[in-house]
Amino acid sequence: MSNLFYDAAPNATRVAPSLPEPRQYPTEKPTDIYLFGTCVIDIMFPNAGLDAIRVIEREGIKVHYPQDQGCCGQPAYSSGYTEEAKEVARAQIKLFEHDWPVVIPSGSCAGMMRHHYKELFKDEPETLEKVNALSERIYEFGEFLLYVSKIQLKDQGPHTKIALHTSCAARREMNTHLHVRELLAQLDNVERVNHDHESECCGFGGTFSVKMTDISGAMVLDKTKALKDSGASQVVTADCGCLMNINGSFEKQNEALRGQHLATFLWLRTGGTSDE
Amino acid sequence: MSNQDQHRIPVFDALSQHFKENAHQALGNQQLRHNMRSAMDSLMTKRLASMSDEYEREHLRELGNHIRARALSKLPDLLEKLEANLTKQGVQVHWAETTDQANQIILEIAQRRQAKHFIKGKSMVSEELNMNHYLQHHGIEALESDMGEYIIQLDHERPSHIIVPAIHKSAKQVGHLFENKLHTQYTDDVDTLIQTGRKILRQKFFEADIGISGVNFAVAETGSLFLVENEGNGRMSTTVPPVHIAITGIEKVVENLRDTVALVSLLTRSALGQAITTYVNLISSPRKADELDGPEEVHLVLLDNGRTQAFADAQLRQTLNCIRCGACMNHCPVYTRIGGQAYGTVYPGPIGKIISPHLMGLDKTEDLPIASTLCGACGEVCPVKIPIPELLRRLREEDVRPPEETPHTVKGQGARFSRKERLMWKVWKTLNTKPALYRNFSLLATRFRALTPNIMAWSQNHSKAKPAKHTLHELARKHLGEQ
Repeated sequence: MSNLFYDAAPNATRVAPSLPEPRQYPTEKPTDIYLFGTCVIDIMFPNAGLDAIRVIEREGIKVHYPQDQGCCGQPAYSSGYTEEAKEVARAQIKLFEHDWPVVIPSGSCAGMMRHHYKELFKDEPETLEKVNALSERIYEFGEFLLYVSKIQLKDQGPHTKIALHTSCAARREMNTHLHVRELLAQLDNVERVNHDHESECCGFGGTFSVKMTDISGAMVLDKTKALKDSGASQVVTADCGCLMNINGSFEKQNEALRGQHLATFLWLRTGGTSDE
Repeated sequence: MSNQDQHRIPVFDALSQHFKENAHQALGNQQLRHNMRSAMDSLMTKRLASMSDEYEREHLRELGNHIRARALSKLPDLLEKLEANLTKQGVQVHWAETTDQANQIILEIAQRRQAKHFIKGKSMVSEELNMNHYLQHHGIEALESDMGEYIIQLDHERPSHIIVPAIHKSAKQVGHLFENKLHTQYTDDVDTLIQTGRKILRQKFFEADIGISGVNFAVAETGSLFLVENEGNGRMSTTVPPVHIAITGIEKVVENLRDTVALVSLLTRSALGQAITTYVNLISSPRKADELDGPEEVHLVLLDNGRTQAFADAQLRQTLNCIRCGACMNHCPVYTRIGGQAYGTVYPGPIGKIISPHLMGLDKTEDLPIASTLCGACGEVCPVKIPIPELLRRLREEDVRPPEETPHTVKGQGARFSRKERLMWKVWKTLNTKPALYRNFSLLATRFRALTPNIMAWSQNHSKAKPAKHTLHELARKHLGEQ
């Protein structure tokens, strides 16, 4: 465990991580949680969301999935359409009336709801109060498992080498990039290998990938090459934006290597079965 | 195409309207890609090694931020104080609202002294003025004396980095350049190359009529111009010629000398991983009656050039905290891949993306705010904690705001305004604020997944994106039951 945080590849930790944001975690395991599935998972990777539900349920926690949920608002927010983002955010805030944790299987959507909602509603004191309270209840999936649910994983799979891709939002907005390492370290037969320039962005950036196609393409090619060169037989990530980018590029290159969402990886490694 | 030309990347147009084309060209240049990657890796490693204690680093950054924010909060007062103190000590202070005015001020000084030869230490503000070109037009030569600047001046290029202007070139490329332009024997030995350049420049310092420099910090309380450098050329250009003209943006003022301690430490360590530079110059007056050396005249030109626009907005004002260390560039995955010249602006990289719209207008820099994944690496390393990703997002907002909408905070607002795009986001908003509508939409998207339109820009780098067979909404309802 001692080398867990410091055994990265030569180029992996060149960006010095910020000091972790101090966060108080509840001492009691909650009875119920909300899952905010995110729009990318909803439409593109629903099984990742379902597997997140199953992993949390197995912890003896009741999962609630508000059927009225949509997008968190991030695409419009980061494109400069602040008013549109604000109205979409307003529609999501209403969904979590009970005082339960809101678990989000995506670093960037969690970052949006935990941090940027405050900016959106800074001029509406009443909403801001709600948003501030909600912000304290927002947990990224891995963070929730590790520190709120205090999960103990029992590996049931064969030996495998995996490379971990952490999203920029997990790394720099949520400070949850090391949590996934800790979770994976609980799995006896899973060997995590480093890859070159691990802390560097995969080049997705939402609309960046279609507006700056050339630059984005160069970034994802470098990222996929680093992942291939790592010798891993599988890539794990906790963000479906990155997953769409990385897997889409692997497929285009006719590479066999694929990325999988953390929730699915954990579910399958610990005895869960796939529906597919 | 000569051997040397193959190793060059073309001089890009000074307007960033061609940003995408420039980026495309730069990405295709394998030599440039290789040079940039290895140079940035080395700079990142050096920075981290010099700031290895994360608690010290974070506290110092916090302090740096406070010092800069305090200086900006008193900016008009500090500038007046600076002017009063410098004037009292015999330094002549000039104010320029535009780059044209700044050039005129400099030309007038030159004409009064009948100057024909300028020698320059490094100054990014003089690049803003396009001063060399302006002086040349008036029959005056301005020779760069910073080794990197000298190299790119020889190659008719512009700096690709604010600290290391020729960082995009390898020793081999410089060797070929010197061989062609200086007719020296080819070598790629860095020490030999530097010696060659130094020998040529050494004589030029003595021949120059006027020395030009930038300013790292202008200290209001003592009336001092603070200048850090490694080559000694800054010291030479500010002391050897009979006239020294310093040029700086109005934001570079700090309150007192004590403030410079933390800022210098942050600057040199963030830039090159140095605890301190080889030379630290503090200039407070021209040569005094009993002194043997130093210039007879010292001038300071204070340039606005759009900085007051940034200053006027509380959020955008943070842009002016910048101490020009270049760390954001060194850590930027976009800059690393395309190099500084592709930006077509004086300041490249993340800081360039947030300062250039103020200097040039959004209409000439419309693509810069969107040329980022908002990965946050720049903000993470900024020594004075400028929230660069937040400012990029804010400029995106200004970029798509209707041009006629008030307040009109940024010149060229609405450069990327498009009715079609705006309508698309309105539709998106409606979908995501009406749950039934959203569910129907996502249901249709998954049911008719075979009909998903092919987004050409996406397909260039990826296989076609295809929705899943069922939405999570459906899977969750099936699994959890009606809630």
